[in-house]
Amino acid sequence: MLAPAEKLPTPLGLLAELTHRCPLGCPYCSNPLKLDPRADELDTATWARVFREAAALGVLQVHLSGGEPAARRDLVEITTAARAAGLYANLITSAVGLTGKTLDALADAGLDHVQISIQDSIEASADRIAGYDGAFARKRALAAQVVRLKLPLTVNAVVHRANIERVGDLVEMALALGAGRVEIAHVQYYGWALENRATLMPTPEQVKRAVGEVEKLRAKHHGRIVIDAVVPDYYAKYPKPCVGGWGRRSLNVTPAGRVLPCHAAESIPGLEFWSVRDHSLADIWASSPAFRAFRGTDWMQQPCASCPRRHEDFGGCRCQAFALTGDARATDPVCHLSPKHAIVEELAGVRKEAEYVYRR
Amino acid sequence: MSDVEKTQTVSEEARPRLPRGVRLVHNEAQGGFVLLAPERVFKADAIAAEILKRCTGEATVAAIVDDLAKGFSAPRERVLTDVTKLLGSLADKRLLEL
Repeated sequence: MLAPAEKLPTPLGLLAELTHRCPLGCPYCSNPLKLDPRADELDTATWARVFREAAALGVLQVHLSGGEPAARRDLVEITTAARAAGLYANLITSAVGLTGKTLDALADAGLDHVQISIQDSIEASADRIAGYDGAFARKRALAAQVVRLKLPLTVNAVVHRANIERVGDLVEMALALGAGRVEIAHVQYYGWALENRATLMPTPEQVKRAVGEVEKLRAKHHGRIVIDAVVPDYYAKYPKPCVGGWGRRSLNVTPAGRVLPCHAAESIPGLEFWSVRDHSLADIWASSPAFRAFRGTDWMQQPCASCPRRHEDFGGCRCQAFALTGDARATDPVCHLSPKHAIVEELAGVRKEAEYVYRR
Repeated sequence: MSDVEKTQTVSEEARPRLPRGVRLVHNEAQGGFVLLAPERVFKADAIAAEILKRCTGEATVAAIVDDLAKGFSAPRERVLTDVTKLLGSLADKRLLEL
């Protein structure tokens, strides 16, 4: 008798990269080196169709992201379409270029949640990291308006060598702004961030202190603010379950409509991505070669293939495995069981003092 | 961390409600009720869903407990324990206003 086919997982989240345009120049930008040009961006009606197809597939939440999503003039219409499809609409914004008037309209359109990135707790440093004078003030003002509109607010703080010693201040700042949730996100080295890796890389002592401080802050602020933080990749013992497992929990649509299992997936050569211009989302989820490439565990090599953790972390991140070992099927070298783990230890030790290479 | 975790106390007079940005929805593909929250999704089992449906900001905890005890022919004390435990833990996660 034939064994029943493995049940296709049901996705939970859709990352909608509405545009790659962004006013900021963050050195840790994880978007790919080659960005989708404005002329190739999907139009409003196509996004609305994608949202309906996503909801039919079981997706519950859409993350409206970019680039800076507010660079789209139809952001309010797009948000309305997401809610009309029955999705939970989350806006991930730099706050720069998002006017107060647009935010009011987004709230009226039924936006569910806003995440604002803030680069540091000190204004001059925050603006220097973002590569944009006045960004910090703009972000604080917009955060205040989000809270006034009674929308839930998350502050996203990307940490690296220049600001990691202020994780405590960053959490206090998020609390003072009225955020219900704060993300302490250690830089992940993908896309543009690889250009600045040695300049951004924290020291092992900094990482150790920050991890300990976050634990104390969680206890101190329990019930007041949710603190989400993960150990930075290069210092972890086991790899992260990247995107909750390839083709398992989420999908990502690029500004031009290509559907990716994760937002860095195009860095892996040889994968064939399908576009929402040519296929339905359900068809892409089930059948596109890129989604099938690393779904489940059949593709794994040793030590992953026989590892008891393979259903927990799914071998880690495919993009990182490729970037650091040249083999996308390899164990993520972040894992201490990887035969290539020494690469990660070596890279974590490479630091240099240099000007940031800003993303322009 | 767990040594300092305490669940918020839930008074019977409180009128619990889901804040903006937290929604209980039924989803066929996900196999039942789910609680949607900022960048998080929680599956709600049948009991949790019955409790959360009643968290409208109008009914008091006491009234919710009475209603559930009656509707499900369950001892009030046990329902009260279940309800306050769930509501307290959700309030801690900022998924509920008391």
